[in-house]
Amino acid sequence: MLVTQQEQLRADVTALVDRLGPGRSSLIPILQDVKRQYHGIDADAMQIVADLLDIHPVEVYGVATFYAFLDPAAQGQFVIRLCRTISCELAGKEAVAHRLESELGIAFGETSEDGRFTLEWTNCMGMCDQGPALLVNDRVYTRVTPETVREIAAECRAAYDGHAAERKEGYLV
Amino acid sequence: MSIQTQGNTLTFASIDADAGLKAALALSRADIVDTVADSGMKGRGGAGFPTGMKWNFAGSEKGDRKYIICNADEGEPGTFKDRVILSEFADLVFAGMAIAGRAVGAAEGIVYLRGEYSYLRPHLNEVIKKRRAAGLLGEDVGGVKGFDFDIIVALGAGAYICGEETALIESLEGFRGEPRNRPPFPVVAGYRYAPTVVNNVETLASAACIFAKGVEWFKSFGTDRSTGFKLFSISGDCAQPGVYEFPFGITVADLLKEVGGEEAKAVQIGGASGTCVPRTQFARQMAFEDIPTGGSVIVFGPHTDMLAVAENFLDFFVDESCGQCTPCRVGNTKMLAAAELLKDGACPAEYVAELRELSGTMQVASKCGLGQTSSNAFMSILEHFGDEIMSRTARAQTARTSS
Repeated sequence: MLVTQQEQLRADVTALVDRLGPGRSSLIPILQDVKRQYHGIDADAMQIVADLLDIHPVEVYGVATFYAFLDPAAQGQFVIRLCRTISCELAGKEAVAHRLESELGIAFGETSEDGRFTLEWTNCMGMCDQGPALLVNDRVYTRVTPETVREIAAECRAAYDGHAAERKEGYLV
Repeated sequence: MSIQTQGNTLTFASIDADAGLKAALALSRADIVDTVADSGMKGRGGAGFPTGMKWNFAGSEKGDRKYIICNADEGEPGTFKDRVILSEFADLVFAGMAIAGRAVGAAEGIVYLRGEYSYLRPHLNEVIKKRRAAGLLGEDVGGVKGFDFDIIVALGAGAYICGEETALIESLEGFRGEPRNRPPFPVVAGYRYAPTVVNNVETLASAACIFAKGVEWFKSFGTDRSTGFKLFSISGDCAQPGVYEFPFGITVADLLKEVGGEEAKAVQIGGASGTCVPRTQFARQMAFEDIPTGGSVIVFGPHTDMLAVAENFLDFFVDESCGQCTPCRVGNTKMLAAAELLKDGACPAEYVAELRELSGTMQVASKCGLGQTSSNAFMSILEHFGDEIMSRTARAQTARTSS
């Protein structure tokens, strides 16, 4: 990581800690924001958070790896999580899964080379009456069909390209 | 819009949350607890602990720092009623939290909202802001001098186990969501080791209803041992899935008739940690004395592969076990491996008997509800659909010998 990037990271995390407070209960909200801004929580970020909260970095690592949404691995701008639990399965999630893989060119658990998309399974997301359901970052899509997969991907691509000049992905992020 | 009800009894929609809060604030703290105890209400999350008793325990603890936590970490597969309650009846929930705060002497409330529902957070914060402006949160709530109570919303990060109350508390404190040893129970030493009431979203909303309409009204619904009405999350193979309200005591058959799922060969009640009820038992009642439930009903149509259902549930638990207790961490992976053996038609009946013993071990030796209940669905599916599953063994073997 470049020194300037590291300084930027330290500045961002410091601002977060100032806002949320240096107590242990701020750890998860801080990591949620780091993840949202950086799409991953690398070793540098964990060290900085640990320093500012005065805890051991392994504590930060332990928490980050425990929660599905805090996965430290670098992920795409758009994390697509398809529900794999029984009601969505009965509603036809398998066909949607296949279409997602072919549309995005990646398998579940992978991130596309251009860093746009990560495809993941998620457990029940409480949309069982409107399955198959998926999340794109914070946004919920219900009654997804193989046909609407294309629209969802196109929507994400348009949002990404639209903001590429500024390197900001405000929409859907 | 999202709540479908039997007949026209859309109860939550007909309740004035603030009337409930005002009625409660007119009572002494002890009387609030007694009212909830008299109503006979049991926790709506599924475990069914009497709410009045919980409030009484927390209220009797000494100390001026206590907490009310609203458990909105609705992660049980097939459950989505809390999403609807929070979207449409957040005022009832917050009124219920303030009533609980008054009853036990707490000044702080926390809504633990699951990460998957993060899109609800702006709405909830908006409702909280309005209630503050109306004097229904903040200082001197409802004009009662010295009663300060405020609510914040905390966001989970994708962990089913955090619906377990002590794991939820660990998560709020910034730790991995690993359940604590009990005792001490949260009512004695919960959030920050202060007395804490953790109630389900629906429990808190229903508490506000009890004060708005009275104990007798509440008890006019349901059965003697399961008073009141209940929201059910209904999904799977039925014509009209959705959130429904029924009084406790409704039979599985009647419920299926309402949602257009009469063809079902089985229903899963209580989510992945609940039990599978076959067609022959559809006369049973949804109530704590018969089939206890947090309201999740997943309907399986006549062509459902029940082994695939069991495998889906076990996959879920392998993923969601926090890993603390060996019987749960290893037991669930063994169960899943066995389901795969069964699928391949390579599981001797003797091994199935061993699985039953393993299930018993998981039930007695796991610390929290996850490990204690995770094998229930698989065991009940094996019990009721053993022929369907074991005949698969025979078929697979036939295929092998004839090829």
